[in-house]
Amino acid sequence: MQDERDVLLGLYRQMVLIRRFEEASAKAYSQGKIGGFLHLYIGQEACAVGALAALEKRDYVVTTYRDHAQALIRGTSARACMAEMFGKVTGCSKGLGGSMHFFDAENRMLGGHGIVGGHVPLAAGAAFASKYRGDGAVAVCFFGEGSATIGAFSEALNLAALWKLPIVFICENNEYSMGTPLERSLAVADVSQKALSVGIERDRFRCTDVLEVRDRVAVAVKRAREKNEPTLIEALTYRYRGHSMSDPGKYRTQDEIEARKKDDPIARAEASLRGMGASDDELAKINASVEAEVEDCVKFADESAEPDESLIEAFNYA
Amino acid sequence: MRELRYREALREAMAEEMERDERVFIMGEEVGHYQGAYKVTEGLLARFGEKRVIDTPIAEEGFAGIAVGAAMVGLRPIVEFMTWNFSAVAFDQILSHASKLRQMSGGQFTVPIVFRGPNGAAKQTGAQHSHAMETFYAQIPGIKVVVPATVADAKGLMKAAIRDENPVLVLEDERLYGTKGEVPDGDHVAPFGVAAVRRAGEDVTLATWGKMLLPCLDAAEQLAKGGGPSCEVIDLRTLRPLDHHTVVESVRKTGRLVVVHEAWPYGGPGAELVDRVQREAFDALDAPVLRCTGRDASMPYNKKLEDLTIPDAKTVLAAVRAVMAY
Repeated sequence: MQDERDVLLGLYRQMVLIRRFEEASAKAYSQGKIGGFLHLYIGQEACAVGALAALEKRDYVVTTYRDHAQALIRGTSARACMAEMFGKVTGCSKGLGGSMHFFDAENRMLGGHGIVGGHVPLAAGAAFASKYRGDGAVAVCFFGEGSATIGAFSEALNLAALWKLPIVFICENNEYSMGTPLERSLAVADVSQKALSVGIERDRFRCTDVLEVRDRVAVAVKRAREKNEPTLIEALTYRYRGHSMSDPGKYRTQDEIEARKKDDPIARAEASLRGMGASDDELAKINASVEAEVEDCVKFADESAEPDESLIEAFNYA
Repeated sequence: MRELRYREALREAMAEEMERDERVFIMGEEVGHYQGAYKVTEGLLARFGEKRVIDTPIAEEGFAGIAVGAAMVGLRPIVEFMTWNFSAVAFDQILSHASKLRQMSGGQFTVPIVFRGPNGAAKQTGAQHSHAMETFYAQIPGIKVVVPATVADAKGLMKAAIRDENPVLVLEDERLYGTKGEVPDGDHVAPFGVAAVRRAGEDVTLATWGKMLLPCLDAAEQLAKGGGPSCEVIDLRTLRPLDHHTVVESVRKTGRLVVVHEAWPYGGPGAELVDRVQREAFDALDAPVLRCTGRDASMPYNKKLEDLTIPDAKTVLAAVRAVMAY
């Protein structure tokens, strides 16, 4: 068994990569190199990193438009991710998808979807296919608490429970659906209770300790893989940035944000690593290698070619 | 050749494709134990079992989305909408997911899926159950829209739809389900994007699709018997891809065109066809192109008013006389 310290070092690197990658994205957005919408995951890193650490390569991942972290963790290169946002043909969706639509068939990353909640049935569909073929793959679906109020989510939850599909629903509850705090959108603030209405298992925890996230998601993944039983997990988290780059964030106070930053998942992992005996040098090396990777991916995206006009129609039909 | 009913031809197409490809399955409301709201799937549950003939709860967006997700990772679902009216609550899955996934993933994911069910007005089903939905769907790049009017096409176009790598919408018709017709023996697959001349004629072209083929043929027959103008009747068969070339070729002969459809007059594939024809055959036209369409109103329940809302042989004849008057 891999040493837990090495595992945590790996997960720490993933979290740092996501954060540095997204900081570089925000900079590129402000320089006009990235267009459209850009939704940052900063602050929520332990959720995707911990959850995906519980998966196997054959498993499926489906997420929302806040999708950079999931793609990077699944193995899409930082180059392909950054180039996608720059709208370049070297991007993971050939520059046709953009920030919200990262896809990577090889790594079973089924997207990056822009319609709130609309992707939840798709994830159940991947789980349906897995059960149909009996291939043992599990589907993991990420969505915000803002998706918990739309019909597609409720329908998919019921169908997954009814048909016993191998799926883990992970509600990344970051407390705000765009600018609306959850107490103004959810009649019951505890999203995990929706599991009770369809008779499936649930879990609810704060996403600060990446190893705890991994372990608790692993229980649900095992339940899905071995018993075809879905689980609804409510991962309590917080985004430090606005809903998207165009969000000035006037609906919450700076004090609130600063208070939440004290519970930072990367700082938490760093403290744990030090407790496990990781040295300054070791952590500095990881940070330096991440910075080099991010610098390289921005350069790569900058220098890559635009997609040819012929791609406008090329992929509409198979 | 064998004679089948339209619903039997659809069923035979699905059963044959399920036999040849393990990845094909059907899901929808009442498709299994109830044997299909319109009996199209009758007997399929007994033949293929619950794994492949799947009753769903009333959750069109949910099961349509599940089928799209399953198609993304390699299955080939057939989704029955009890009627196309109810597809409106699954519209997001067709518009923003099924039709978009290939393009926005840079070609990495394809969605080989069939959505099917009866479309348009049945008999006195009122304002919410009488939509001719092709007027919305034919707009969307990334999907194909198929409208079989004959029993042979019910089989051949359905088989082609199931084998297609893209999302295909098959718009059937409750009023056609009981009609009988000849179906070629063997593996009968009909091509997309190839219109059929159902009746040859010289003086005016009637272009139509789906069940409106029937009043067009009726009107053409009445005119032929009464010594009136000779009509060429074209069944478009698929609306996306849309074969306007066959219509243009016909108009070059007749010089006159009437487009007949059940859907509302505002926009839609009928208007698209008119636009293409006026661009490609402007010099051949001896009269403005007219459309004989459903009335611009929500469908009334009253039988007399419903009949007046949908084109029939009488309104087709009036349109033919109008273009002949130029």
